[in-house]
Amino acid sequence: MSVTTTSLSRRDFLRSAAWGSAGLVIAMALPGRGRAATMDTQAANSSLIASDAAGFAPNAFVRIAPDDTVTVLIKHIEFGQGPFTGLSTLVAEELDADWSQMRAASAPANAELYKNFAFGMQGTGGSTAIANSYMQMRKAGATARVMLVQAAAEQWSVPVGEISVDKGRISHAGSDKSAGFGEFAEAAAKLDPPEDVALKKAGDFRLIGTDVPKLDTNIKTNGEALFTQDLHHDDMLTVVVAHPPQFGATMKSVDASAAKSTPGVVDVQPIPTGIAVYAQDTWSALQGRRALKVSWDTARAETRSTREITDAYRQRAQQPGRKAASRGKPEQGGDGLAKTLTAEYSFPYLAHAPMETLDCVIHAKDGAVESWFGSQLQTGDQGTMAEILGVKPAQVSIHTMYAGGSFGRRAQPGSPFAAEAAHVAKAHAKSRPLKLVWTREDDIQGGWYRPLNVHRLSGGVDADGNVALWDQTIVGQSIFSGSAFAAMIKDGIDPSSVEGAEDLPYGIPNFRVTLHDGEAGVPILWWRSVGHTHTAYSTETFVDELLEMAGKGPVEGRLAMLGEHPRHAGVLKAVADLAGGLDASESGRARGVAVHKSFGSYVAQIAEVSQNEDRTPKVHKVWCAVDCGVAVNPNVIRAQMEGGIGFGLGAALYNEITLEEGGRVAQANFDRYRSLRIHEMPDVEVTIVTSDEDPTGVGEPGVPPIAPALANAWRRLTGDAIRDLPFVKIS
Amino acid sequence: MKITVNGSSHEIDAPDDMPLLWAIRDRLKLTGTKYGCGVAQCGACTVMVDGQPKRSCVTPLKFAAGHDITTIEGMDGAEFEAIQTAWRAIDVPQCGFCQSGQVMTATALLKEKPAPSDTDIDNALAGNICRCATYVRIRQAVRDAADTLEA
Repeated sequence: MSVTTTSLSRRDFLRSAAWGSAGLVIAMALPGRGRAATMDTQAANSSLIASDAAGFAPNAFVRIAPDDTVTVLIKHIEFGQGPFTGLSTLVAEELDADWSQMRAASAPANAELYKNFAFGMQGTGGSTAIANSYMQMRKAGATARVMLVQAAAEQWSVPVGEISVDKGRISHAGSDKSAGFGEFAEAAAKLDPPEDVALKKAGDFRLIGTDVPKLDTNIKTNGEALFTQDLHHDDMLTVVVAHPPQFGATMKSVDASAAKSTPGVVDVQPIPTGIAVYAQDTWSALQGRRALKVSWDTARAETRSTREITDAYRQRAQQPGRKAASRGKPEQGGDGLAKTLTAEYSFPYLAHAPMETLDCVIHAKDGAVESWFGSQLQTGDQGTMAEILGVKPAQVSIHTMYAGGSFGRRAQPGSPFAAEAAHVAKAHAKSRPLKLVWTREDDIQGGWYRPLNVHRLSGGVDADGNVALWDQTIVGQSIFSGSAFAAMIKDGIDPSSVEGAEDLPYGIPNFRVTLHDGEAGVPILWWRSVGHTHTAYSTETFVDELLEMAGKGPVEGRLAMLGEHPRHAGVLKAVADLAGGLDASESGRARGVAVHKSFGSYVAQIAEVSQNEDRTPKVHKVWCAVDCGVAVNPNVIRAQMEGGIGFGLGAALYNEITLEEGGRVAQANFDRYRSLRIHEMPDVEVTIVTSDEDPTGVGEPGVPPIAPALANAWRRLTGDAIRDLPFVKIS
Repeated sequence: MKITVNGSSHEIDAPDDMPLLWAIRDRLKLTGTKYGCGVAQCGACTVMVDGQPKRSCVTPLKFAAGHDITTIEGMDGAEFEAIQTAWRAIDVPQCGFCQSGQVMTATALLKEKPAPSDTDIDNALAGNICRCATYVRIRQAVRDAADTLEA
């Protein structure tokens, strides 16, 4: 998502909490805002309280048990991007804990305690986890440390100032006393928390900036990690839903007799999104679904093909749309310029295709709802399920599970998947746990795609060889329109449609970006790096062509236009140094470069490419430089760059969702919706630019530069400018 | 249907065309083996059948009966230990969902080829999709595990 953290971040630091049997209440002073409200969270978090009753709970995030373990409650979902490790590192740093005593667990759904400051509600997205929690989690750790030290000082009858904490041991040198955190957990729980706490200076960090091992690696290596798909409850049924074959179609009638007589099938019920089949196990549910005879009403369905939608967008792109950014006199076009270039780009719908398809275990019983799933916008999901099931949001508990990837798919404004789970529970007469499972076909054909986009760019170079004109028109469906994020739309411009284009960093005197909202009846959603998935491609390939027209090198030419953007320039220079320039390592290969800022982080990449025997691109190596402020865990940052490169490369090479004549999705599984495979993965070398700036995200920013870096290399190698993605069409 | 999983014999009351995957996951509650695609495209469901890696999502129970089936929960041996250790040392997993299948396939590779080339590694693991694209580290971890075994 592209919501920025600047306006709201740090508005609230720690919300205070009453917690656990000790009834500890703390209130923290907020800079410039006085004292935070205190609140009682016992009702909402009874399950955690029960398991932590004996420990020390100084705030909503830290639990210290008598056995010295420190558990950090993580408000961001863990699906591989690393918040369990990253946020725990921040707490451990200020607590002076030993890494081996740290644990992490998902926080419950409670917007008051666990909201993302960027959204005003609980949720994960926009690569905000570290940026959003940097001060909050450090304060949470520092508060716990102060209270433990005070408890130790009182018990040992020594001054607080003489006590030191190191690697989880509290010590007093003068009296040769030493103990772990657990020993003082009970006493600390009885103390008043400090109003304000001092945080470490960056030079004193011992864990931040180091490659502490990830907390979730072990259980993700031996099959022990539990995902939603893995949950089994007594008396649980598995549910699959038959969805309409076109977007916007609805059920006209259904003959469920054969489905109901399928062995293992227990129930069949219509729900708003289709027909739900309830069975004793997954296979029986699938067999039952196959036996349904449904006739669909397509009167309000999107029946156009993607070819027709693209053609309609291309027509609109011939005229400028609503103005998103403008300076100089772009409307004068290429008059008086030495050379001009116009290019049209098309970007297909993209499915996210996380390895774990959407799934949810839900149990509605006695006026309360318990659910287990990879909820990425917990507050919205909670409210949606509550409304459908006729209970209050506080009566809906969400256990946020490890999720097998998301790439944006699990963060759904309006919560359509949580709504389907609630309807599945509502439609079944008996109160019992239900596991709703989407198959891969449901996933690939289920919509909520990265929107299809068409871009048209006109540019020009003046007689002095300077890029003097940039006029870009974008046509695409608005992601925020009609969603919970609609307030982000200003003057008719959805920022997620133009991000990465309207803020082009290059100093071009005549500049304009305009936007048409494309219309299509295809449900769309953000997809790892959102608008940057297409704007980085069009801008970074177009500027590469303009620079070539101007007779300038790709790196030098960009640097000359980045005078006001030192962090862009910094990563560009760093990646050029890392790769040793843009000359390929051997003949038959070429290199291309791209630089792009997204979600506050700056990434530049160089790709070295050759041609396979079937004339498709082969990417041998990618060099990557990233500036994301303070590097909390360099190993996780490198991993996100590697993964972002692979994810973006696979999409650029192979991925498109197409609607055939009549509006049916042509792809259904990984055979035609190809994923990058290991033999197609380039070697990746990452350098992290040293920075004292506050940390920014890394989950998404690795994605945008790879496709244009590949395209620029490919154009140098073959002379072919790829303007319609993907590179390889799979029939 | 009677199947042998991780050394134990189990009677499964199910149609004989039910894929082994669902017997393992839904009946035996061994959840380390994952559903990812159902059509042998992604490898998340990889199990060993008589020591060979197979896609349990397209293996009907009738073809599994009479064979020794091993899931990640039942794996052991020097190659498996080396793979696990190498995986952990460089934090291979991201979301983790495909990793059981990756580990199973990588273990089978090392059993067959103790010193695989990079091409061997790519060929062996090309059937295992990782949407997080942890491939750089998978390749490195397999190399590291091979080095450990050699030493």
